[in-house]
Amino acid sequence: MSVRQPTLSPRSIVSITLTLGILFAASGLQVFGQTELTLDTTLIVDSAVVEAAPVTSLLVEDGVYDNGDSVRLFWVPSIDDQIAGSIVDGYRVYRSVNGGQAAPISDLLPGVASFTDKNVDKDSTYTYYIATLTESGEYPSVVTREISPQPEWFNFARLSLLIMALIIAGAVIFYVETAKRGKKLFVRKIAGLEAIDEAVGRATEMGRPVLFIPGIHDMDDVQTLAALTILGRVSRTIADYDSKIFMPVARSLVMTAARETIKASYQAAGRPDGYSDEMVNYVTDEQFGYVAAVDGLMVREKPATVFLLGAFFAESLILAETGNSVGAIQIAGTARPAQLPFFIAACDFTLIGEELFAASAYLSGEPRMLGSLKGQDVGKAIAMVAILAGMVAVTTSEAWGLEYMKDLHRWLMSMFAAG
Amino acid sequence: MEHFALWLGAFLTLGILSFLYKDNPWYKLSEAIFVGISAGFWVVTLFWDNLVGKFWDGWQDEPMLWVGMALGILMIMRLVPKIGWISRWPLAFIVGSTAGLWLMNFLASNIMVQTQATIMPLLSSAFGQGFDAGLGAIISNLVIVIGTFTGLVYFFFSKEHTGAFGGTARVGIFFIMITFGASFGYTVMSRMSLLIGRIDFLLGDWLGMIG
Repeated sequence: MSVRQPTLSPRSIVSITLTLGILFAASGLQVFGQTELTLDTTLIVDSAVVEAAPVTSLLVEDGVYDNGDSVRLFWVPSIDDQIAGSIVDGYRVYRSVNGGQAAPISDLLPGVASFTDKNVDKDSTYTYYIATLTESGEYPSVVTREISPQPEWFNFARLSLLIMALIIAGAVIFYVETAKRGKKLFVRKIAGLEAIDEAVGRATEMGRPVLFIPGIHDMDDVQTLAALTILGRVSRTIADYDSKIFMPVARSLVMTAARETIKASYQAAGRPDGYSDEMVNYVTDEQFGYVAAVDGLMVREKPATVFLLGAFFAESLILAETGNSVGAIQIAGTARPAQLPFFIAACDFTLIGEELFAASAYLSGEPRMLGSLKGQDVGKAIAMVAILAGMVAVTTSEAWGLEYMKDLHRWLMSMFAAG
Repeated sequence: MEHFALWLGAFLTLGILSFLYKDNPWYKLSEAIFVGISAGFWVVTLFWDNLVGKFWDGWQDEPMLWVGMALGILMIMRLVPKIGWISRWPLAFIVGSTAGLWLMNFLASNIMVQTQATIMPLLSSAFGQGFDAGLGAIISNLVIVIGTFTGLVYFFFSKEHTGAFGGTARVGIFFIMITFGASFGYTVMSRMSLLIGRIDFLLGDWLGMIG
């Protein structure tokens, strides 16, 4: 291990230098102003060198709430790092794995007093020491105890998230059971959804098709899931009215799911023969290739009604404007805040964010979905109360220093910490 | 070859832009080429990235990849009409796991973090600063608290928007619309950059009119 011996006084250094110089000279080695000694450590000494104190109070501990893949180090920086005109250039973290040779794993800036080693595994044992870096060399600390990182079963930093999830899940279950017992759950009207029957009826009267665009994301986006739920209701109405729907999609999985959805709707309407796989077609995964194809489809087929529901990006205004130009009644909905303004500008009805997700429950009227919607409202009510109470608590505690308001504020902040 | 690609790019760009006039054979040709090539490109990309890059190169070290492969094979079963119903299983798996995974993300980001960030002192510039906020900071704090609260009221579906509750929801939708207005202008500017990119290609790379 190559280290500096920081506890030697200048007088001792000179003595050692002279003594070792004589020894090395006697053994035929040339010795200049600097001498190297190898014992259990290697000492590099020079009477002109300014020494630095090593870091102290070095502690090592297992990373908390992890999978046994982190170790944390804490120390008090070198005393020479805490004075004006510091000679400390930084710190170097050394690590020994399973008792092997220590090797540097990271260099840190002056003033740093902690380090997390995330490149560890739970089957190994580690020791660490921190070297203080100066122009003249490295000054090591003591070596830590051995440590083997351990995984934890629970992440208690996210306890409040679990509590909130349980409260909302409990509310959902409660309302689902309430609905199942036949009690009618109230959900306010959502303007865009009221227009669905009217929009499909218009297409039927005009003898023109309905175009349904489910966004450009795959089935791993909840907006696509919400869009397909609404598709179930739309296609059921289309089946009832004996109208026509076509649906170009940008993802193969969405095509599969959409076909299943429409097929189920036609079966539920008692018209399984009216369904055709041709209603849903895969176009391309490429965003603007998809847009080019859908735009062409719009101007050629001239749909009377266009649904734009799901995850949309830069193509939102292009699609909505083209739909508008062919005179279609347009019902749009997305949870993408950047695209909502375009839909609001170019479409007749727009489901804003949460309304898209509420729509599926509203349209289906099923106890499970209505219960879910009501349960989410409980979550929103909790958030509203917390915002008001927290705002009052922190404002009054700032103004008059009320301790109980400070406590309330602290408690609310901890309860809404996502971990 | 380079010149051919340049001219082809210009030809297809102008073909797509010709849609601004009306649908025409040039646009149809450009559209068909775009769709066909991009669909083929994605087939090749997904084959090499997923099937070869992930499964074929890693199935020996990662047994879980076999689960993905099995689900993929089940999905292809819909090509066989008699057992096509099996393809619903992987679909159900994807839908269920997606909903479950997003539940905690939405809960953490849309409820917990946002609520915590909105709990702020109205008359202070920061926690522990007393009544030190200027008029601008007070207005900013009020906009955040009132906007978030009334926005939540608007998205509360269990109560009709009438009376004081309806008035609060109306304030919420005003906040939302003002936000959308600002977002509209911002996003239009970013869309303009797409147009500028194409014009730069036509006038610069193709015609050499700009350096």
